[in-house]
Amino acid sequence: MSLVISNLRKSYREPDGSVLPILNVHSFELQDAEQAVLVGSSGGGKTTLLNVIAGITSPDYGIVMIDGVNVTRLPEAARDRFRAERIGFVFQTFNLLPAFSALENVLLGMSFCGKRSDRKRASDLLDRVGLSHRLTHRPGQLSVGEQQRVAVARSLANSPSLLLADEPTANVDVANQDTILELIRDACTENEVALLMVTHSKDIAAQFDRVETLSDFNKPEAAS
Amino acid sequence: MNLISIAYKSIRQRALASSLTSLSVALGVMLMVAVLVIHGVVDRMFSQTATGYDLIIGPKGSKMQLVLNAIYRVSQPIENLPYRFYKELKEDKRIEIALPLALGDTTQEGGFTIVGTIPEYFVTEYMPERNFEHKKNGKLIAKPFDAIIGSAVARTNDWGIGTTFKLIHGGNEEHVHDEEFTVVSVLGPTGTPNDKTVFVNLKGFYMVQGHDKPIEEAVRRVADFYNEAVDEEELARMLKKAAADEAAHASDDGQHHQHDILEVQKEVTAILIRMKTRENSSVSIYTPGFASSINKGFKAQAVNPIGEIKWLMDNIVGHVRTMLVVMTSLIIVVSGVSIFVSIYNSMSDRRREIAIMRALGASRQTVFSIILSESTLLCVAGGIVGLLLGHGLVFLASPIVEAQSGLPLDPFAFEPMELVLLPILIVIASLIGFIPGMTAYRTDVAEALAD
Repeated sequence: MSLVISNLRKSYREPDGSVLPILNVHSFELQDAEQAVLVGSSGGGKTTLLNVIAGITSPDYGIVMIDGVNVTRLPEAARDRFRAERIGFVFQTFNLLPAFSALENVLLGMSFCGKRSDRKRASDLLDRVGLSHRLTHRPGQLSVGEQQRVAVARSLANSPSLLLADEPTANVDVANQDTILELIRDACTENEVALLMVTHSKDIAAQFDRVETLSDFNKPEAAS
Repeated sequence: MNLISIAYKSIRQRALASSLTSLSVALGVMLMVAVLVIHGVVDRMFSQTATGYDLIIGPKGSKMQLVLNAIYRVSQPIENLPYRFYKELKEDKRIEIALPLALGDTTQEGGFTIVGTIPEYFVTEYMPERNFEHKKNGKLIAKPFDAIIGSAVARTNDWGIGTTFKLIHGGNEEHVHDEEFTVVSVLGPTGTPNDKTVFVNLKGFYMVQGHDKPIEEAVRRVADFYNEAVDEEELARMLKKAAADEAAHASDDGQHHQHDILEVQKEVTAILIRMKTRENSSVSIYTPGFASSINKGFKAQAVNPIGEIKWLMDNIVGHVRTMLVVMTSLIIVVSGVSIFVSIYNSMSDRRREIAIMRALGASRQTVFSIILSESTLLCVAGGIVGLLLGHGLVFLASPIVEAQSGLPLDPFAFEPMELVLLPILIVIASLIGFIPGMTAYRTDVAEALAD
């Protein structure tokens, strides 16, 4: 089992002091190398759920098990390391570092898991996403589609077991949306990486065998 | 990619601001290095030059003035001592050598100090184990109007063996003596004030018109010095003989006024003394007793040049150096503050970058270290450039300083204090990077990514 979520709760405190529940997930599972899409309305807690799974945000309560490791119980530094080693993340806004070339952005993804940066692997990954001719280009010199492809290559840099994708095609032009989606899915299939993608697009969701609607299993109002 | 290369990329992204802040550190370090190197050279020159002689004998007055005038050829002479006093000292069994100096005139060209002395000056070590070297075909000042010039004089005035020159009396450019001296040797560079000195034979110095005191004044000055009564009959006889000699010279068409000078008319400005030592010892046991005996009198003093120069270096030059080092340190601190401001201001723009790195798995300590590495790189790069610029500045300044002061500056002279500059800069960098580093450390990743 790649991902198991159980009794997960997360709430935020509003400026007026009141508590705003965001997540209340009783149970959610993702098998090894399984690909699932999570649809939900804006503000429904999709990004928060991904952040909690990735260990970027701590839950108030509950368990997030990835590859048998309870991420929520790890100390922060160990959680950071676990994230670097086991989780790939593709953001809606690409989140490439502007001072770094495409190759360096991929190498940066390798830098935080304690292994030696592998230029050959980084180069191969960029080749896999069709950017072998753009290795030294900085993000500002790439099209949005190319930028997201670099982000995909970066997310796979450390051979993760779980890839989290937060609306990866939302900022990409229509012509590139299918390409990016296909790239992510194919890469996950080739590398046997479990994929959990968040989207609000029904067209994209329709391409997945498993489609989950967040509101079906997330009942924040029930937590309050 | 390691932390340093990640930090370097961030610096490169803000290339202009980073270079300017780093350059300000470099300029501060450059000035400090120049101060340290120049002070080191001055310190060594003053301290080593002072080690050449055990004592300097001169008239009562300022000890420092006597040392500065007799050895460093700066400041005005205090007064003069009778030549008879020098002759008596020379006979003292405790003294190995006594070198008389007569100062007060300068060269017409270049304004270099004239020192009347004896040939033994040039065969005596001017510093321990350092002897004068004469350039090709040089010889000692055997004849009265022979002269030996220092290397800086030769270079500046373009003088060589055979060059003739005249003296200006007491620095008064309107009073040029008629007598001409001829250069018979050029000394090799010594790194001491000797390089900027023109030495003339003491005999010739006395023969210059006006250097011989009027007989009556000279007799009374010597009597006063020794606290003796003036033998008026003897004085009258001397005056009569002098008048006769002058009448004889009036009909002489000689180039120089080689008139006979009575010993009583001769004076010396100072006497450099080297005391006798026991075998295998560089320190004379006679020095304190001998100095004490001179200092008991009312008219002369014996000064240990090392002690005076140490006092000068510790209390005046040392303080000036400390002040300059403090000022240049402040420049470096101000540069450090500008680096702090530059990095700190960039933090709000870089909040998202920090969050991305954290999302990719960088720990809080890692992003803190990246910011600290940035400030360290900027400071250390500035420091290294500053070290190079500092020595470069000394390199550029050395010919000018040497021409002006005779002080040879070695651009590659390394001061031990330079070794601590880089560690100090790393400490400053750590202080500079701490607050921006903590800002990075505390970045809320989810919030920054959502912005």
